[in-house]
Amino acid sequence: MTQTMVESRPGTATAQAPAGEGQARSREAVLRVFRGDASGGSEVEYRVPVAPGMVVLDAIHWIQAHRAPDLAVRWNCKAAKCGSCSAEVNGKPSLMCKTRLDHFAQDRTISVRPMKTFPIIKDLVTDVSWNYEVNKRIPPFKPRPGADWRWQQSDVDRVQEFRKCIECFLCQDVCHVLRTHELKHQFAGPRFFVRIAGLEMHPMDGEDRSGFLKDHAGIGLCNITKCCTEVCPESITITDNAIIPLKERVVDWFYDPLRMVWRKLTGR
Amino acid sequence: MNPHSDRSWAGGAGTLAAPSASPGALPGLPSTGVPAGSFRGRGFGERLGATEREDAWWAQPLAQAIGLGLLGLYATWAAFQGNHYEFGNYLSPFYSPLFKPSWWPISPAILILWAPLGFRATCYYYRKAYYRAFFGDPAACAVGEIKSKGYCGELKFPFVLQNLHRYFMYLALVILVILWYDVIRSFAFAQPNGGFRIGIGGGTLALLFNTTLLSLYTFSCHSLRHLVGGKLDCFSCVAAGGPRLKAWSAVSVLNGHHMGFAWWSLFSVCFADLYVRLCSMGVIHDGVIYLSSLFDTAGGTGL
Repeated sequence: MTQTMVESRPGTATAQAPAGEGQARSREAVLRVFRGDASGGSEVEYRVPVAPGMVVLDAIHWIQAHRAPDLAVRWNCKAAKCGSCSAEVNGKPSLMCKTRLDHFAQDRTISVRPMKTFPIIKDLVTDVSWNYEVNKRIPPFKPRPGADWRWQQSDVDRVQEFRKCIECFLCQDVCHVLRTHELKHQFAGPRFFVRIAGLEMHPMDGEDRSGFLKDHAGIGLCNITKCCTEVCPESITITDNAIIPLKERVVDWFYDPLRMVWRKLTGR
Repeated sequence: MNPHSDRSWAGGAGTLAAPSASPGALPGLPSTGVPAGSFRGRGFGERLGATEREDAWWAQPLAQAIGLGLLGLYATWAAFQGNHYEFGNYLSPFYSPLFKPSWWPISPAILILWAPLGFRATCYYYRKAYYRAFFGDPAACAVGEIKSKGYCGELKFPFVLQNLHRYFMYLALVILVILWYDVIRSFAFAQPNGGFRIGIGGGTLALLFNTTLLSLYTFSCHSLRHLVGGKLDCFSCVAAGGPRLKAWSAVSVLNGHHMGFAWWSLFSVCFADLYVRLCSMGVIHDGVIYLSSLFDTAGGTGL
């Protein structure tokens, strides 16, 4: 649905719906939006007219169009599929395009801030390029030698869950290992454990990334607090289906004494 | 069977060495290839409780801390009592299997409880719960922490021992068999003439309910999920792939409720002990329905 927003006069903005959708609504949302860059900044308050079905990204666009044309925000699809509009709404890592304004109490201010884990560029835009650097280091898919390229749907069901990832990096943002402890030099983060799980569990993949997971991706730094799963907009069960199974595979190789002895004795 | 035997490793295929760390690892660079601090955000080193969240984020860790704290205190107290753990054909789950060697000076529960305690302490769900509730690491998502420097996750002692969870799971499976034996025994009530009658008492129900929940908790374990089939990459490519897929799928369904089973079984095990204890102390009277009496119009229910 398309809404046209117009400003009646400074300070008393109203929303105007397309013809046939009724009169302008009286409700206004109050947004406090972070404005600034790496050198500093502060929250600026904007009053935005609310239309039915409006999401936070709509409100940000309204502010861009009517109050602050220099407000920086990254977005593309507005359909929760591109993963671009990640931010922190009332302190919770969220996609702005998937966060409806009518989920908030009318009398409460809505704060919109950039993701805290990554360096800020301007306003709501952060530099997420660290993620792409990590991604380059993951051992890629390597076909199993002599593999028969036929498999059952049941073999790839769990891998398909991981393919839903839209790389919004909200899981990276909320992960305390990256966010609070700033261990980006030792830890790949949940997004890349999802990617590695998708490669590791692929029926035709012949690579073993257990050593990479332990020594370079730093999976032992994860303490299973499941915040990544809580914020995933694609509802990927990151911790239970990706990280814990990978931890168990690392245990197979590096922490299970009986398996290690068995391997020494039998060579298997 | 080595789950990786048909795979090459990132370095050194066909050797007995563990998989190498990375094919692209360059000397002198940190493990992710990014120098420390080069992509630092504003969340670094936030103090405890610092957050922009406006909801009651503290409620869940507080409830978990209270729940785990109270149940943990009760279990510790009950384990160290060393008495009132038996009543007729009922045996408290804290004391099962019952070993009472003459040389052991304190409660026999201490000889047993370390195994189920280890199973719960290293459980993937409880780890989340107590890291949040007691360590504040983090207390809640997107909230500042107690300790911001020197974090090492589960890489160093004692937390590296979390990797032994599967061994505690093996022990829990053995104890589970014994607990089911206790449940069966709780149906057999000794009679004054030396015989037994089959019946259902309050303790029977408490032990049955508890052991059922403990079974659900154990069979929803993440490590069990891995061992029954999760470690495989291709179910249709291995021997007995079909049964292993079914086993993995069944454990996966249970695993989705692991948190619920963890809490309910913790309540039930404390309740079962409390019931046996109160019966033994004479505080409550255990009601029994003898199954043979159900068909005997002249007889009572035994209640």
